[in-house]
Amino acid sequence: MVLQKEMIGGLFKELSTAKQSGKKVVYTFVPGNLSELIRSFDMLPVYPEINALQSGMRKKSAAYIKDAENWGHSEDVCTYVKCDIGMMLNGNIGPTGEKIPDPDLLLLSYTGCFTFLKWFENLEKLYPGVPVALLHTPYQENGEITTGMTDYMVKQLKNDVIPKMEKVSGNKFNPDKLKTILRHSADTEDLIVKIFNTTKNTPSPIDAYFAGVYYIGPINIGFRGTPEATEYYQELYKEIQERVRLGLGPVTPEGEMKEERFRLVVEGPPNWTSFREFWKLFYDMGTVIVSSSYTRVGGVYKNGFRHNPERLLESLAEYCMGCYTNLNLKQRVDLLGKEIVDYKADGFLVNSIKSCNSFSAGQLLMMRTLEDKLGVPVGFIESDLVDPRYFSYSNIKNRLESFFQMLAQRKEMSV
Amino acid sequence: MSKLEELIKECKKNAFDLTFNEAKKWKSESKNRVLVGYMPIYFPREIIHAVEGLPVGIMGAGDRKQIIVGDAYYQSYICHLPRGIIEMALSGHFADFDGFVFPSICDVIRNLSGMFQMAHIGKFAKYMDLPQDFNSGIGGEFYIREMNSVLSKVKEINGVELTTEKLNNSIRLYNKNRQLIEKIYNIRQSFPWRLSAVDTYHIIRAGMVIPVEEHNKILEEVFNEINKDIGEEMDNIRVVVTGAFCEQPPISLIKTIEMAGCYVVDDDFMLGSRWLKGDVDDSSDNPLRALSEAYLNKSTFSSSVYDAGNHKSKKLVELVKMRNADGIIFASPSFCDPALLDNPLYNKACDKEGIRYINFQYHENIGQFKVIKEQVGAFSDSIKLWDVEQ
Repeated sequence: MVLQKEMIGGLFKELSTAKQSGKKVVYTFVPGNLSELIRSFDMLPVYPEINALQSGMRKKSAAYIKDAENWGHSEDVCTYVKCDIGMMLNGNIGPTGEKIPDPDLLLLSYTGCFTFLKWFENLEKLYPGVPVALLHTPYQENGEITTGMTDYMVKQLKNDVIPKMEKVSGNKFNPDKLKTILRHSADTEDLIVKIFNTTKNTPSPIDAYFAGVYYIGPINIGFRGTPEATEYYQELYKEIQERVRLGLGPVTPEGEMKEERFRLVVEGPPNWTSFREFWKLFYDMGTVIVSSSYTRVGGVYKNGFRHNPERLLESLAEYCMGCYTNLNLKQRVDLLGKEIVDYKADGFLVNSIKSCNSFSAGQLLMMRTLEDKLGVPVGFIESDLVDPRYFSYSNIKNRLESFFQMLAQRKEMSV
Repeated sequence: MSKLEELIKECKKNAFDLTFNEAKKWKSESKNRVLVGYMPIYFPREIIHAVEGLPVGIMGAGDRKQIIVGDAYYQSYICHLPRGIIEMALSGHFADFDGFVFPSICDVIRNLSGMFQMAHIGKFAKYMDLPQDFNSGIGGEFYIREMNSVLSKVKEINGVELTTEKLNNSIRLYNKNRQLIEKIYNIRQSFPWRLSAVDTYHIIRAGMVIPVEEHNKILEEVFNEINKDIGEEMDNIRVVVTGAFCEQPPISLIKTIEMAGCYVVDDDFMLGSRWLKGDVDDSSDNPLRALSEAYLNKSTFSSSVYDAGNHKSKKLVELVKMRNADGIIFASPSFCDPALLDNPLYNKACDKEGIRYINFQYHENIGQFKVIKEQVGAFSDSIKLWDVEQ
């Protein structure tokens, strides 16, 4: 955790002095992020949705959203977008209290979320004159990545993304440098898979959702492909292995969870505005999350995908197309179903997010399909990403308590 | 009953036929025929027509069907359109349909394609990724592959091979269709009292569910009728209605706008029928490429298309000026990210240009119009009074 804080703090520090140091800044998104490519040009990434979730956790999002709504946005639309726009309207002060520099390039990697397009249309107006590079990631509608899809993406990278990066950064594209970075990425991805596989143990040494979002922090915030990230994940893996050896459960904000009563697989992003309270509802009941779809939003590695230094641009394209929200519903159900079985989950829970249609549309069918297919108990709660108006503690608590009661009864019956 | 009234009556019958009787009848007349349903907004219908298919627009259940099952598939904060479509699918409305195409509009429609696949509705359910890259050799190639993918699915069903001649013929027919619709809109621009927005809506929507050949005949006759000096001008303002490109407003909402003192001189209802501005080359050796080039270079502006360097606000302002409209009504479906996220940008462009506007939200089965009527009425009055003061 200390190492992670240092890495993230260092990035924000670097960002705050970017204009003085001459480093160029690229705004982009977590799903389908091209961190490696950005780093190969010595530029710094900014992820607006990370800033939004940080604002949510720091209780700043409500005011930002209000400002975006006063600016003209509807209450109905994505609150990440509104939080981000509100933050910009208020001077773009980042989570560490330092100003986030204006972008030099808007890299719209449009992967698995249509709202990204709209988000960047708004940013383009807020930062007039800043070049936009668009990378359209084809959806895996047929549950596969075809050569035509890869070809389409590689051509976009060559024709639009890379030339714009060269122009903005003033550096030529350096395949050898990117190759080295991708090697580190693959190492990191190996470690990520090993870390999240440790939840196969009983008790699970980690929580793959509430703690999982911290674990994926470094790779989702631009450190994938760096030696620091590899070092961080090596250390983390060592720590977790030690917990497995000692038979310890996951660490929560109130210390180690002593008794593991229920193991869940969770679909959907967490709520950020009441993150601690939300987590507490689970660990108070001895519930650990052994797998979550949300930790795959910035990349799915469990199926064997690794960034490949021998196939530079193809590999970047395939990474984008493989992100969780770019999978079709059947692929999502298959992935979740396998997790339920592999990690011996007692139940499946959907946290349906009001703001995120990319996740939410179809979740009810996915849930029923898993219930029918595996006979697993399913639960459903609703909240939002960063709009506190949509986090109803009592409603969520009631639903979860009923769900946990059902799981307990099931366990008793099976005994 | 006048000729025009007869035509409208016929269109009214088909426009909201949620069992698609005309389409099913058409299919039953020959063994190779297929029905391919497509969701809003734009789909190159020509390719289905060229392989003995009828592309059928699925615009939702509107306010014509009670939603019972559909609500069990969608959370309350998701727009209304997909729950109506699922309701229709699960209650047998699409019996005899062979396949479905879901053009990229938003995440909800995209995921609806997966729901159709999982529920095994039709022989195929294809999400059609429309390119956001507008280079011929990149997005254009990708788009051709997407069209070929649809064609291969149809061929698996009816075995019909696409030929250059057939596709050029289809392109010709749909060019004609778009030309006629545009001519009707142009007449309505000068003489909006000759054909109401409600009647126009029925006429265009009927074209979604009947063969293009028949629709072209209807459009020609409508054009001939409204080319005559009919009707009486009222003291209405002229508005453009926008935001309603996917989930359609109920007819009563359009009627409410008209009754509140507005002539709707342009709109984005059923935008797919008017998506291409200009003809597709109908004599090409490679008609799929011609369709692709038309998509890349002749598409209208829309919330579903990224507009880097080609700003839709500017195009909306141009449309208002071209139609000589007094203002804009931004009517957007609730929970529609594409439309609603555009509105602040549109509103700011209008402020800059001095174009008056109002915003409101609806859903396809909205039943209360009093507030909207008051809002639109006040808007209309304010423009009339403003203009008098000027």
